Amino acid sequence: MICYPYPKVTFSPVREHLKSWTAQNLGSADTAAIQILFSLPKMPDVQTLVNDFLNQLKKRKIEGSQATAKLTAELLRSVISQQRVPHTNQATALIYAVRAVGEQLIAANPVELAVGNIVRRVLHIIREEDLSLATAAMAGLGVSAASDDEDDMERDENSVLSAAAVAAAARSTLRPPSLQTLLEDTPDSAAAPHTSSSGGESDGRSRSVDKGSRVRKLKHDVIEAVNELIQDISTCYEQIAEQAVEHIHHNEVILTLGSSKTVLEFLYAAKEKQRSFKVFVAEGAPRYQGHILAKELAARGLQTTVITDSAVFAMISRVNMVIVGAHAVMANGGVIAPVGLNMVALAAQRHAVPFVVLAGSHKLCPLYPHNPEVLLNELRSPSELLDFGEFSDCMDSASGTGSLHVVNPTFDYVPPKLVSLFITDTGGHNPSYMYRLIADYYSADDLVVKRRPTAGS
Amino acid sequence: MEARRAPRAVIDPKVRRVGFFAPPDRSRSGPPDPISFDISPTANSLSPVMIPPPRHSSESLSLHARPAATSPSGEESVTAGSYSSSSEFFPAPMSPAPSSYSSRTIADDGDFFDSGKVASSFPRGGFDLTAMKASSVPASELTTGAVVNADSLAIREREKADKGGGSAVEVKDQALNAKQKKEKTTKAERRALQEAQRAAKAAAKAEGNKASGTLASVNVKPARAAKLPQKVDNASVAASEKKGGDRPQEKDRKKDVPQPRMQYDDKSRVDKAKRRAVVKQTEAKNRVELFRHLPQYEHGSQLPDLEAKFFQLGPVHPAVYKVGLQYLSGDISGGNARCIAMLQAFQEAIKDYRVPTEKTLVRDLTAKLSSYVSFLIECRPLSISMGNAIRFLKSRIAKLPLTLSESESKTSLQSDVERFINEKIILANKVIVKHAITKIRDGDVLLTYGSSSAVEMILLHAHELGKQFRVVVVDSRPRLRGKLLLRRLVEKGLRCTYTHINAVSYIMNEVTRVFLGASSVLSNGTVYSGVGTACVAMVAHAFRVPVLVCCEAYKFHERVQHDSICSNELGNPDIISTVQSREDVNHLEAWANTENLQLLNLIYDATPSDYVSMIITDYGMVPPTSVPVIVREYSREHVWI
Repeated sequence: MICYPYPKVTFSPVREHLKSWTAQNLGSADTAAIQILFSLPKMPDVQTLVNDFLNQLKKRKIEGSQATAKLTAELLRSVISQQRVPHTNQATALIYAVRAVGEQLIAANPVELAVGNIVRRVLHIIREEDLSLATAAMAGLGVSAASDDEDDMERDENSVLSAAAVAAAARSTLRPPSLQTLLEDTPDSAAAPHTSSSGGESDGRSRSVDKGSRVRKLKHDVIEAVNELIQDISTCYEQIAEQAVEHIHHNEVILTLGSSKTVLEFLYAAKEKQRSFKVFVAEGAPRYQGHILAKELAARGLQTTVITDSAVFAMISRVNMVIVGAHAVMANGGVIAPVGLNMVALAAQRHAVPFVVLAGSHKLCPLYPHNPEVLLNELRSPSELLDFGEFSDCMDSASGTGSLHVVNPTFDYVPPKLVSLFITDTGGHNPSYMYRLIADYYSADDLVVKRRPTAGS
Repeated sequence: MEARRAPRAVIDPKVRRVGFFAPPDRSRSGPPDPISFDISPTANSLSPVMIPPPRHSSESLSLHARPAATSPSGEESVTAGSYSSSSEFFPAPMSPAPSSYSSRTIADDGDFFDSGKVASSFPRGGFDLTAMKASSVPASELTTGAVVNADSLAIREREKADKGGGSAVEVKDQALNAKQKKEKTTKAERRALQEAQRAAKAAAKAEGNKASGTLASVNVKPARAAKLPQKVDNASVAASEKKGGDRPQEKDRKKDVPQPRMQYDDKSRVDKAKRRAVVKQTEAKNRVELFRHLPQYEHGSQLPDLEAKFFQLGPVHPAVYKVGLQYLSGDISGGNARCIAMLQAFQEAIKDYRVPTEKTLVRDLTAKLSSYVSFLIECRPLSISMGNAIRFLKSRIAKLPLTLSESESKTSLQSDVERFINEKIILANKVIVKHAITKIRDGDVLLTYGSSSAVEMILLHAHELGKQFRVVVVDSRPRLRGKLLLRRLVEKGLRCTYTHINAVSYIMNEVTRVFLGASSVLSNGTVYSGVGTACVAMVAHAFRVPVLVCCEAYKFHERVQHDSICSNELGNPDIISTVQSREDVNHLEAWANTENLQLLNLIYDATPSDYVSMIITDYGMVPPTSVPVIVREYSREHVWI
């Protein structure tokens, strides 16, 4: 039996070296070759998948956190399914594999926080599945191992047996946290690091009873859970939209900026429920996605008015509620949002208009922002603002002192004090509550996906 | 008559407390007393007026000046009587044959007087005059003291009075002689009175010009009044004549008061306006419900039509016509540019103007001007600065001395317009630059929004002075005027950063000052400016960056507003649907066919005064709270010289 950590130790310096080298050279073919070289346990086809996705991320071909999240989850699912799992320490192996891929993904587009969120979610899933299996094994040592398809029944048993298992089960249904899970969380996350390295032996010993089934079981459970996650991501609209009627009343005037599928579905859901209201759509320069949103809304029979971004302040006094989508929600309740929303939020605050942010749970990021305006931002092409040729003539003739910079950021940071309410697929939350909500989805030691030097040894 | 007048003489000042009132015992003791005795007490009781607030003194000035009009008719007690009787607040019996005209005048006068206090800051000398007819100052005192004042004033003002016509002065001299014969006052007393008057005048220095304007029209009056027989039944004639003279001014006044603007959701009025309109406009489709009260027409359809009509002789002067078309097509935009273009067109029009026979210049030209203005409004709604300029011009026309020949009046008006452009716009800009330059330091990052001529001048001047700074030009759709500014700045060698309004919170971190232009500053401190200015000011305020608004004082307006919806201008909605040089954004091409979809192209917005750190104007750098003060104390008589 080959112990997995062993080769890891041996090749670790090489990997580090190669990794940094690949980070500098973005050539996909090289990366692919190297990946194949040093990640022997993986199947090459997974590696090509990973590389394709990396390229897409780097070239910013994938837009929108939802699409990215879904693709990431799918990729990780195939990574897990292709991962050859040793009999002992399976969770560690899986975590290791996911981390290795996740690290690259995050580095490919550090601004797209959804990638990191999903990687952490998957890591969390692995940990929890492992824990639930372990507790099941511990508690029901005498109980014959249930077959795979009797999963639910087994869980029911577990919940009776162990509180920790309840916590694990809670994860898959994304229930709002109970006091019990809250209490369980701390030992859970504290125990997690041990399972990854030192706890492996004890696991292995206990599992030796019925290895074969449990090996399959962990992977199976994890993949099941990841599937659920993917499901969640693709249906988060519906869950958010279901709450629309609770927030939109008759004759309301709603302002939004840019375009967000979540917002569209949310508004449409309210319209479906026979609420009639008006929508002001700020066009959201420089991408002008507001035009698309306005067209969609009007096509669905909502009274829609397109306004320029500059008219936001003028119109906000007649608006009852601002409903916007987000790019990511930080742990402090701040929002990384399409550019312009900070302005809208300030205007809304001035006129005491509720500023509501719709965010699927995949947008909840466990990190706290530091200088997010700059560090979690991205400058897009200046050609969106100025034509390339437009200023070339006067730049030539300029006396040398004159210069022209064109700044075209993608995101704005809306501080938590400007946000009135978050509506996620689990309900409405205050900004101050976000850190707690986020703690449900992630385990504490996944916050830094990038391996620390100690993790390698 | 005398007996009736006397008690009122006591009561009214008490009620009104205008600042000078006769000691009750004195006036009660001798209502029919010889006028002469009253003079010295009057002079004494005038003392509170000696250092009056400027507005106040101007009232008293015109008050005193007024009877001069009546004095040439000889027997001042009678004339004064007729005046005072016609100016009762109380339903006093009228003079035997009060014609409908005179009664109307009275009614109007009463109104004026009530609103006089508020309205007296308004630039209409003639009005103070009419308003003061309703004054309830003791008639007896008025006739004496006032006449003396008027005389002394008239003499002193003789040089000052612009081409006031020899006749008027002559009349006054007569009046003076007549008075001096009658008066038994000592020289010292008269001297004292004159001193008081002079002091009042000195105090009214700020309003001096206005007062002189008043006097100018006073000077005109006697010429007319002198011809009137003093018989009572002729009073109606006098009244009608007066009314004729006043009518344009009344109209003028109505325009001066921030009258309720045309509300375009008022169907009947819109229909009426449409019948008169030169420009045939079709109401835009898919209007935004919230802005029904503002005009919005289909754009692009009228222009070729109007261009075709350019060579047809219409009621509109070609120069004005041309400017109108330029407004319509957007060739001229920006507050100052539009205002200057309009004034120059008016100058042309005045130059070519001929007074039709049987008509007077004052009335006919005002009417003509009004028709031009309504044409311009059809092309594009006036900006507030243009409204102010038009008001200025009209008041100048109204104040033209009747004695001036046609060509003289025309040259005077043209030079007035010229002066307005030079002093109020060009010079004011220079002063603003001078002030603003002190606020730019080396290493500053200055942010500006859109394109403001004043800000551009400031930036260029600071650059010429060798100051080291960076400029952030923030722009917004659909007009993208910042691009033009950016080009001019970059060509001049400034270091610039360009971004769009959504990114303003991103860029605001590095900005040290925000310079903004304004279309107008309203008297509650609200800055009425190109749409988006409020957003920029708001973000700057949130980032604790000082916001400096550069605005010439002629753009100040006494109107108040706290949102951007009640009064605004709607631009062409079509240009929202497409994005310049971005062909990929074409989702809204057929927006007009979608029933539920509206596009809103607002032109202005209102920035709350608390976002504004400072307003840089030609009177210096002031906080927004000082705007009403400037509007009241300075703008008036300086703009309306």
